[in-house]
Amino acid sequence: MAITLDRAIGQRQQGWVNSVLSSQTFWVLIAVILACLFLSVATDTFATPKNLYNITRNFTFVAIIALGMTLVIITGGIDLSVGSVLCLCSMVLAVVMNAGYSIEVGIAASVGTALVIGGFNGVMIAYLGFPPFVITLGMLSIARSLAMVASNNTVVFQFGPDHDMLLALGGGAWFFGIANPVIYMIVLALLTGFVLRWTKFGRYVFAIGGNEHAATLTGVPVRRIKVTVYMISALSAGVAGIIQTGWLGAVTTNIGAGMELQVIAAAVIGGANLAGGVGTASGALIGAALIEVIRNSLGLLGINAFWQGTFIGGATVLAVLFDRIRSFRQSE
Amino acid sequence: MAVLELANVSKHFGAIQAVNDVSFSLQAGEVVGLMGDNGAGKSTLVKMIAGNFRPSHGTMRMNGSDLVMHRPVEARQHGIEIVYQDLALCDNLTAAANVFLGRELRRGVGPLRILDYKSMYRRAGEIFKELKSETRPRDLVKQMSGGQRQAVAIARTMLSEAKIVLMDEPTAAISVRQVAEVLNLIRHLRDRGIAVVLISHRMPDVFDVADRVIVMRRGRKVADKPIAASSPEEVTGLITGAIEQV
Repeated sequence: MAITLDRAIGQRQQGWVNSVLSSQTFWVLIAVILACLFLSVATDTFATPKNLYNITRNFTFVAIIALGMTLVIITGGIDLSVGSVLCLCSMVLAVVMNAGYSIEVGIAASVGTALVIGGFNGVMIAYLGFPPFVITLGMLSIARSLAMVASNNTVVFQFGPDHDMLLALGGGAWFFGIANPVIYMIVLALLTGFVLRWTKFGRYVFAIGGNEHAATLTGVPVRRIKVTVYMISALSAGVAGIIQTGWLGAVTTNIGAGMELQVIAAAVIGGANLAGGVGTASGALIGAALIEVIRNSLGLLGINAFWQGTFIGGATVLAVLFDRIRSFRQSE
Repeated sequence: MAVLELANVSKHFGAIQAVNDVSFSLQAGEVVGLMGDNGAGKSTLVKMIAGNFRPSHGTMRMNGSDLVMHRPVEARQHGIEIVYQDLALCDNLTAAANVFLGRELRRGVGPLRILDYKSMYRRAGEIFKELKSETRPRDLVKQMSGGQRQAVAIARTMLSEAKIVLMDEPTAAISVRQVAEVLNLIRHLRDRGIAVVLISHRMPDVFDVADRVIVMRRGRKVADKPIAASSPEEVTGLITGAIEQV
């Protein structure tokens, strides 16, 4: 009896290979790789250094925000304000630098704006019990309007004394010809992955998404964690905004419009569950990559750009469909 | 000396008198069945011991010193552990993660402390072994049977040196075989010298495992006697009011 009990307790539920094979993220990664292979063969233009450089850089902005969004989604929440927050943070950076302040001041103001907005969202949700959908929907409208107020709805493309430094920060390629935004994305993804797996904070994020009531009863500081998560989400939008400003070299009040939906799609394609409790940092990246590869390939294959939405929407539904099929099998 | 002593404890919510002048004591290594119909005041009584509510009147003493709690987390610091009716488990986490929820083990120094998976798996495994439950620390709770889920919830109470374990309807929604498992888990706790309060509607379970039965009706304690000196018929009568008081 003692031996069998020991063995039963010591056993693992499933092997390493099995758990990889059953993860949505893995299959989406396979889809991305297959799509890339297909495009390399089917077109002369896909596998060129210039196109690959473009792809990697283009999807970083969505990917960076998807990292923050993934945390929010794991807790069972949603943040619809990220596109507008990106716009507002870019505009704050642009306006401050345009007024002659240094890049440090500009970035500090921009990051500060993001944290204040995220903190506001979080406090309203965690302490006042607002549904995340409602409060971040409100913020979607507020943040974009504030960006218009800050810039008087003009395009800002002069960034004062540190103009060149900002452009290098976002548009340069300091290491081995890899676009800077890609480097930031990888660092942030590693950081997010580490936090989710190895810290108490990460564990609590999952616990809140799994059973918020249980988390509260066992002494998890649920409200504090929730506020932090919304601050991180807004911060990720702010950081993406700063980098994008450097890359584009100009800020308008319509950047990031509709981006929240792309970001949520990326997180969901990558395996985050909108019901909460499930999600990974790598999934956010891979989901964002799939979206960008689809966009890019449609262009290269000469398919009308109007079809983009159909393909991206289809990919979202398809990714979740696989997950549904798997859970139907499990419940049988 | 009694582990826990309640003296003339009352609790009212506005005009509603939920618990009225209840006194009893709990000894170490004793299983007490707390019975009563819905609305008899059992939950309110237990929630006071668990730190959710403060008594309106009366005192609670633990090992001879006054027990005043403002938040449920404080109960745990006093060695009072609660197994909630819904078990308060996170389905998306592993058994070990649930056992250690809110009390994670970490290794490293200063701010660079990371979760110590290895120690948590090992310790959780030891507890499951002690409980003689075939529960694997690495399994997700989502995929577990009712008995295993109970074992996870009970394992939580064994992390620290608990003195009192309050169990709210642990056998309400599980199969017959699993009920036997849970009753065994309760005996394990008792053998460790822990006082167990078992809130239950199920007469057979209480008569199977408890040493003493306390019956509540309409906020008052109407019986408090050894199981051996009572019978299911008497307890039923006390719960419904057919027997006024003993």
